[in-house]
Amino acid sequence: MIRLDCDGQVAHVSPGENLLQALDSAGIRIPSSCRSGVCQSCLVRAVDGAAPAAAQRGLKPELVAQGYFLACQALAERDLSLTLNGSSGASVLAAVSEHERLGPDVTRVRLEPHEPFAYRAGQFVNIERPSDGLVRSYSLANPPGVGRGLELHVRVVPGGRMSSWLTSDAALRQDVRVRGPVGECFYLPDRLEQPILLLGVGTGLAPLLGILRDALAQGHRGRVRLVHGARTPASLYLVDELRALANTHDQFEYEPLVLDDRGRSGFQVGSIEHCFEAGPAALAEHRVFVCGDPELVERLRKRAFLLGAARRDIHADAFMRAS
Amino acid sequence: MTSLYEQLGGAPVIERAVDIFYRKMLSDERVAPFFSDVDMDRQAAKQTAFLTMVTGGPNQYTARAMTDAHRHLVARGLADLHVDVVLEHLGTSFSEVGATPEQVEIIKATANSVRGAVLGRPPVP
Repeated sequence: MIRLDCDGQVAHVSPGENLLQALDSAGIRIPSSCRSGVCQSCLVRAVDGAAPAAAQRGLKPELVAQGYFLACQALAERDLSLTLNGSSGASVLAAVSEHERLGPDVTRVRLEPHEPFAYRAGQFVNIERPSDGLVRSYSLANPPGVGRGLELHVRVVPGGRMSSWLTSDAALRQDVRVRGPVGECFYLPDRLEQPILLLGVGTGLAPLLGILRDALAQGHRGRVRLVHGARTPASLYLVDELRALANTHDQFEYEPLVLDDRGRSGFQVGSIEHCFEAGPAALAEHRVFVCGDPELVERLRKRAFLLGAARRDIHADAFMRAS
Repeated sequence: MTSLYEQLGGAPVIERAVDIFYRKMLSDERVAPFFSDVDMDRQAAKQTAFLTMVTGGPNQYTARAMTDAHRHLVARGLADLHVDVVLEHLGTSFSEVGATPEQVEIIKATANSVRGAVLGRPPVP
């Protein structure tokens, strides 16, 4: 018999059985619809990394790289631990090691995990404060090995319990629990010449910066255009660093954009929704990453799609507000 | 005999056809309002199932599911005119991924065969 562990529920099934049916018979329900490998409702992730390759056909490379597969297309061949919930993954303790003010309301917080933590820049993690179990999600702004530890951009939200604590002196040298990583918003070096468009507002810059640094570190040669939108010049941040990066990397273009420039700072004024180049297929062949406010993300990804970007080349990370 | 689905190139070609088809639908003001409040990923998954079905690929199509899925749209005015638009875009989308005119006609005829189910008409006896 083969042992299947689905989020802690265990089933013993016969070799060669269809995974989705076998789990269903054992009372472990996985959402499914077409059962033909088409609708992708039954997307699950192999926790131990041994995803059945035949059940990954047609999935985005970003999903394949993380061990996702379609339960309806998999046969029980060996013992397997799988999860329905992309957010399980690793759980490590990390020390809050450093604060750096990046703007009036954004602080870079550095975490140093006490044990190895595998991730890709641009994915996010769930941070838990051990004292009371409070959890919030933050994106990872540096690739492994670039800079130290894990870099988060924390916007201090008025009345925000996690953000005000995480950026306070009280949090320094304290441990937090880090769970994840989560998400398919990251760089894969599979097409080094492909043009990349990075679009984000507010701290949506964090995952985009991670993806940018990763792409440059992995030798991406195609054009990389980063458009960072903010309400006012004061809410832009890392402007000098990004300009410096653009000066030293020919393929990288940085465009800060503000909605309101009454202070006459000289930044380009406009909505990020209008930053697209004209032409019906302007984004054909592009890889597009969109991060930040959920409604804006949805509009931007639809716009990118209408301008010719393929669905599989559009990666979005909508920052949900904590309730 | 292999299905049209396989002749055209299977899932990867369907994925490309869905991108083209969905883009045409969102850009066509005659049908775009029906998609205004629909999540892109969910919608694309449904279209993948639909384009797989009309090419004879692996699917779990039932007339009842088709009726259920479109009932709220029929209430918002979905009618024959809109099905005609779907058939038109379906045909050009498959042409663009390499289907022959004969294959396009078969695909459109298969799609047209579910017109009654989509619009919630009782089956013709």
